[in-house]
Order: sequence, then structure tokens, then C-alpha cells
Amino acid sequence: MTTFFNEMMTGGGVRPPYAQLQDWVNQMPADLRNLKQAEAEALFRRIGITFAVYGEGGDPDRLIPFDMFPRVFSAQEWFRLERGIKQRARALNAFLADVYDRGEIVRAGRIPARLVYLNEAYEKAVAGIRPPKGVYSHIVGVDLVRTGPDEFYVLEDNCRTPSGVSYMLENREIMMRMFPDLFRQNRIQPVEAYPELLRRTLASVAPDGCAGDPVIAILTPGHYNSAYYEHSFLADMMGVELVEGQDLFVEGKHVWMRTTQGPKRVDVIYRRIDDAFLDPLCFRPDSMLGVPGLMDVYRSGRVAICSAPGAGVADDKAVYTYVPEMVRFYLGEDPILQNVPTWQCAKADDLGHVLDNLADLVVKEVHGSGGYGMLVGPKSTREQIETFRAKIMADPDNYIAQPTLALSTVPSFVEEGVAPRHVDLRPYCLVGERIELVPGGLTRVALREGSLVVNSSQGGGVKDTWVLAE
Amino acid sequence: MLSRTADNLYWLARYMERAETVARLLEVGERMALLPNSEQGYRNEWEALLQAGGMADAFARKYGDPVQRNIESHLFYDTENPSSVASCIGRARENGRIVRTALTTQVWDALNTAYQELRELQRAPRHDGSLDQLTEWTRRHTAMVRGAIDATLLRNDGWDFLNLGYYLERADATARLLDVKYYVLLPHVDFVGSGLDNFQWRMLLRAMGLHRAFHWAEGGEITATKIANFLILNDKTPRGLITCVDGINRHLDRLRQAYGVSTPAQAAGRALLAGMSGITVTEIFDEGLHEFLTRFIREAGDVGQQIHDSYLSGDMR
Repeated sequence: MTTFFNEMMTGGGVRPPYAQLQDWVNQMPADLRNLKQAEAEALFRRIGITFAVYGEGGDPDRLIPFDMFPRVFSAQEWFRLERGIKQRARALNAFLADVYDRGEIVRAGRIPARLVYLNEAYEKAVAGIRPPKGVYSHIVGVDLVRTGPDEFYVLEDNCRTPSGVSYMLENREIMMRMFPDLFRQNRIQPVEAYPELLRRTLASVAPDGCAGDPVIAILTPGHYNSAYYEHSFLADMMGVELVEGQDLFVEGKHVWMRTTQGPKRVDVIYRRIDDAFLDPLCFRPDSMLGVPGLMDVYRSGRVAICSAPGAGVADDKAVYTYVPEMVRFYLGEDPILQNVPTWQCAKADDLGHVLDNLADLVVKEVHGSGGYGMLVGPKSTREQIETFRAKIMADPDNYIAQPTLALSTVPSFVEEGVAPRHVDLRPYCLVGERIELVPGGLTRVALREGSLVVNSSQGGGVKDTWVLAE
Repeated sequence: MLSRTADNLYWLARYMERAETVARLLEVGERMALLPNSEQGYRNEWEALLQAGGMADAFARKYGDPVQRNIESHLFYDTENPSSVASCIGRARENGRIVRTALTTQVWDALNTAYQELRELQRAPRHDGSLDQLTEWTRRHTAMVRGAIDATLLRNDGWDFLNLGYYLERADATARLLDVKYYVLLPHVDFVGSGLDNFQWRMLLRAMGLHRAFHWAEGGEITATKIANFLILNDKTPRGLITCVDGINRHLDRLRQAYGVSTPAQAAGRALLAGMSGITVTEIFDEGLHEFLTRFIREAGDVGQQIHDSYLSGDMR
């Protein structure tokens, strides 16, 4: 039987960051808790923080369950995480700048050429283009899990358009509104600077020819997108326009948006649509979401696109294995954050090991996301394992495997009271002229007892994440 | 601001105003149905009210005879009817959702609350006599949205586009309602002083929530001339034509000043105003009330078209 690291309770009692929460939870009567929970849900629904899931039936405006029990990091714990995350964000950007340029890391034999250049996410169309300030991934979401007091692992990197930051901000707002006393008793570092830092980051990568304050816009696929709330929330908090493809057009070497006062030039586009949809003239010709001719303007250096097209090649699950190598290669440093040991089914030796140990491993598709298309060995029936084995053998390149990690737990409010539930963490690192990280992130929690899958599509919830001041 | 944003704000306002208009029509129709007619049964003004709302044909196709329960379904619940209260509030909320960044939390909250409650109303079992509650519910929520807009929104161009939507929709609704009943206002000898026209006049005022305000604004005996004056030329009448036209021009002027450019929309607004400045009710009756209203509806529509072309379409260079 695996034992899991409980971030609040150890054999020796309550760990210091959680000291104040012990009393808080003990003194809260059940009826007050239910009242507060209902209040929180009403707030989320009224503010409209829902994620829409279309095409699955049921209520299209779904709430992500919010667990009121916060997750807490001490200043010391965070200090190390912060250094590790920033290091990783620098290395990933160095890697992207390299593989779209001379590809030194490939020439040096530190990563197989096939994994990079034959990767689906590698955009040949942008090879040789240097984006403003050389930054490709402006918002890096590093998904972390914890297995012990000092053991953190990076589960995956998100270099394209990591979502969820609005939850980080709104969870905090709602907690402060409902439990102001908690914030008087604990010195909790604020996260509210995030939108301002994001705006500054985006402005810092404006094209060179841009005079005055750059015009920034967020490009959304539209209000049917599940993350639309987040897009509009960020636009609102930053005071920038939220545009759809139809609001933009290309004319005379620039990108313009259609306004009530005629065309207005756009300098920086924070896009929340995939590469494939950006420009029907360059990528998918059937895309209705993008802007015809956008890539020509981008190539000529007259608009910045964040994240840069092609950034996805760095967060591929197979490339992930090589991130520690990137840290050493580009930065000459030792990686502060560890990778989860990963077997690549594409390699014959690894494949053998994986097939022999399916019952103990987690197997994922290389391009999968959202917790779909994966096998959690210890939680699966023999039959499920055999079905998955056949899938792997049919297309080994498409799979990687990792040991089942003993994910840490944090106390959470559940039906029967308070019980430990497994969590992960996604901080959002901003990369522009400077590298910034607000002290916090999104903690996702697997609310089903024993579950290790924290994705919202699989019954996961979210928690407010505290970093205490020193 | 983005043209698409302005467009959504404009339509948000139009739909909210339309929801309120439809609720008022429902209210008046129900009241009418409680009053005896000159023959054996009760009055039935539903046909005229459906016409005023521009919904008579669609209703006849779907339901046939105007029976109250069907009217209630069509005007309040039916999402196939683009002008039903449910459709209007649903679309206004969708417009609002698209332009969340242009609204304050309070405005969004008011819109979203209306929508969430509406969904509960749609699920709840219907019972007779609930019409009052539905219309009262609609008026409360449209007022809350309107109030949140007035109390919390920045007085920027977005506010102007919202108000243009409100005023144009209101001008159109008042003119159409008047037009459907224009003949009862004509100084027709046969009916002068009879119970009928008096009663029809009151219906007109009630449909605009103005039956009490009339006495304060015009005073004395109710006459057709006074009613026409009240609804068309009296600038104290909140839903009156001149009030709406003033509002339209005021907001177009603000846009001209803010943007530093005059567009065909301003010209159309001024033309609409010129058509009613300095004239008297007698002159309107001389032109023909119906002809006047037809012209007004056409010219107001032209203002809407010019606003679309000059600001909302995004095709300007």
C-alpha cells in the first residue's frame, strides 16, 4: 500500500504553513460550511465563471467544483519552486529559438532530430523567423506534482496557451470575500498583479517599429469556446480589446482591427487559438477563426504573436524528456526541478519495459491532453489493460509511460467532512523582456476518493493556492 | 471600440427594450380580456396587440386563433418567436456575454440573473393567472439592467451605443403601437364622446405605462388631440416619439464629439428631428396620422441603418 504525502498532516502533527488552518477547520460548524459552499457556488455562477462543455449534453454552463480548503506553501518552499520554474521557462524558450534557427542542440546530438523536425507541432513555416525579443512562449504553464516534503516533479510543460489563470485569480477573490479573517491571520502573498504583469510582458515584445504604447489584443475563438470567460476576464483586467478573427484584417503590411472609428493598427496579439487556425492562407485553409494574411505580417516583423506559432514543439510529451538536457545545454545549470522518469514507447527497450509493467504505469498519448486517452495501470481492470496494450503495440510512437506517482494530498471538504485528496499545481510563468512569476498558481484537486486524475473534465476541482510571506 | 462590441451593445439594449415592450403588450391584452364588449362576450384586443408587436402573421401560422394561453406561450416563452420575452432576454444575455469586457459587473450580474431566473421560469409548471407575475417579472428585470447601466457604466462610446439601441427600439415600438390604433385617435364623428374610443385611448396609454402620467402632463379632459400630442410631441413623455428622437440625437452628437467626425448617421438623426420640430398635432392630423407614422417609422429605420453603416459594420475606412 502506497503512503501519500499529506501536505498538512505528518506523523509529527500539523506542518507549519497549515498551522492556522487547523483551528479554522475545527471551529467551522458543518452548517456554516455548507452555507459558505453554497455562497461560493452562487458567486461563481453569478460572475459567470463557468466552463462551457458543448456537445456532451447537459448544462452547457458548467461550474468547476471549488474546494474552499486552501493549499499552502511556505515562502521557502516557493522560493525553490520559483527558481526552478523560471529556469525551465528560460530553457524552453532557448530551445524554441534554437530549433527554429540553427538547431545546435540537434547538431550536438543531445536530442534526436526526428523528435524535433518531424514533430507535428514543429511549424516549418516559421523556421528562420526570429520573433520580437526572441521569445516564443510568453506564458509557460509548468504542471507540478509533489510526492514528499522536498520532492517536486514536473508533469508537463504548457508552452502554447495554458489556461486556468482566471481561476487562480477568482478563487482568491472569492476566498477573500468569504473568509476575510483567514487573510488577517495568515500573511498571504497577493496574486492580483498577474494581469498587469501579463500586460507588461505582452507590451515588452511589441515589434521594433511600434511607436508609443503598443496596441494589444486577445484573439479568442469566440464565446462558444470553453475558456471564453477567461479570455474576456483577462482582456477586461488588462484593458485590451478581445477580438475574434472577423474583427481583424490585414492590409498594407499591417494587422488592423475594425473599430467604430475605422481601422486601428494592432501590434501584439495574445492568441488563444491554435496555430492551425491562425491564418487560413498559411495553415488550415478551412479555418474561420483566423486572419488571412496574418502570417505574412508576422514574418515581416510587424506584429507579435503570443505565443509564437510553433511554440508547441517544446511542450510535446516526447520532447519533455529532454527538458533537463535543455537546461544543461543552454543555461549550463543543473535542473532545479526534476522530470518524472519517462519511458518512450518509440524506443524498443523502453517499449519492452512498458509492456511488461503496464499494471504499475501511467501511459499517455504523446499529444493527448485533458486526461483523455490515458491508462492508469493500478486503477485499471485486466481487460482495460489488455485493450490498451493492443493500442500501444499498434502505434508505439504515440505513447509514453511514467511510474504511478504517489501524488501528495491536501485536506479537502468532502461529503463526510474533511478528507485528503490528491492535488497538482500549475503556476504561470511570464516571459518577455523579464521573467515574472506571481506567488501562486492553480491547484487542481481530484475530488473523487482515491482518484489521481485532477482534470476538470474528469471530476477535478480547484483550490485557492497560498504562498505565505516570510 | 471594436465595431463588433458596439454592435452587441446596441442589440443588447434593443432586445431588453423589446422584452419590456412585449411584456406591456401582454399586460394590456390581459386587462382587455377582463372587460365586457358591447355584444355578448369580452373584448379581444390580442389581434391588434400582436400586430403592434409585428408578430401577428407568425402567431396565426403557428396557433390560429388568438387564445390567451397561446398568446402567453408565444409572447413570453416561445423561443421560436424572435420577439418573445424569453428570446429577447436570451439574446440580450448572449450579446452581453460576448462583450463582457464592455460591461460592469453590475450590468452583467443584472443580465445574467434575469437569464438564470428565466431558465427556472421555463422549467417551472405553468398555472393560470401567472401572467401578471410574468409581466411584472419582466419589467423588474429590464429595469434592473437599465438601472445598472445608468448607475455604473462609463459614459463612453459604449454607453452611447447602448442608449441608441434603447431609444431607437422605443421610438419604433411607440410608433407601431400608435399606428395599429391610429384610427381610434382620428376625430371620427360617430364615436366622439362614446365609451369606445375613450376606452381605446386608455389602452394606448396603458400599453406604454403612461395612463397616470398622462393626467399630470396634459391635464383636463382626455381628447384624441391631447393623446397624440402626449405620445408624439410632448418632450416630457418617457416613451414619446420626440423624447426618443432627442435622445438619439444627443447620443449621436456625443459620438461626433468623441470621435471628432460627423457621419451620415448624424445627418439622418437631424432629418428625423427636423420632421417633427415646430409642428402641431393639427398639422400631423392634416398630413394624416397614419402617413406621419409611416414616414416616422421609415426615417427611424434609416437612422438605424446609418448607425450600422457608420459605426457597427466594421467596413468603414
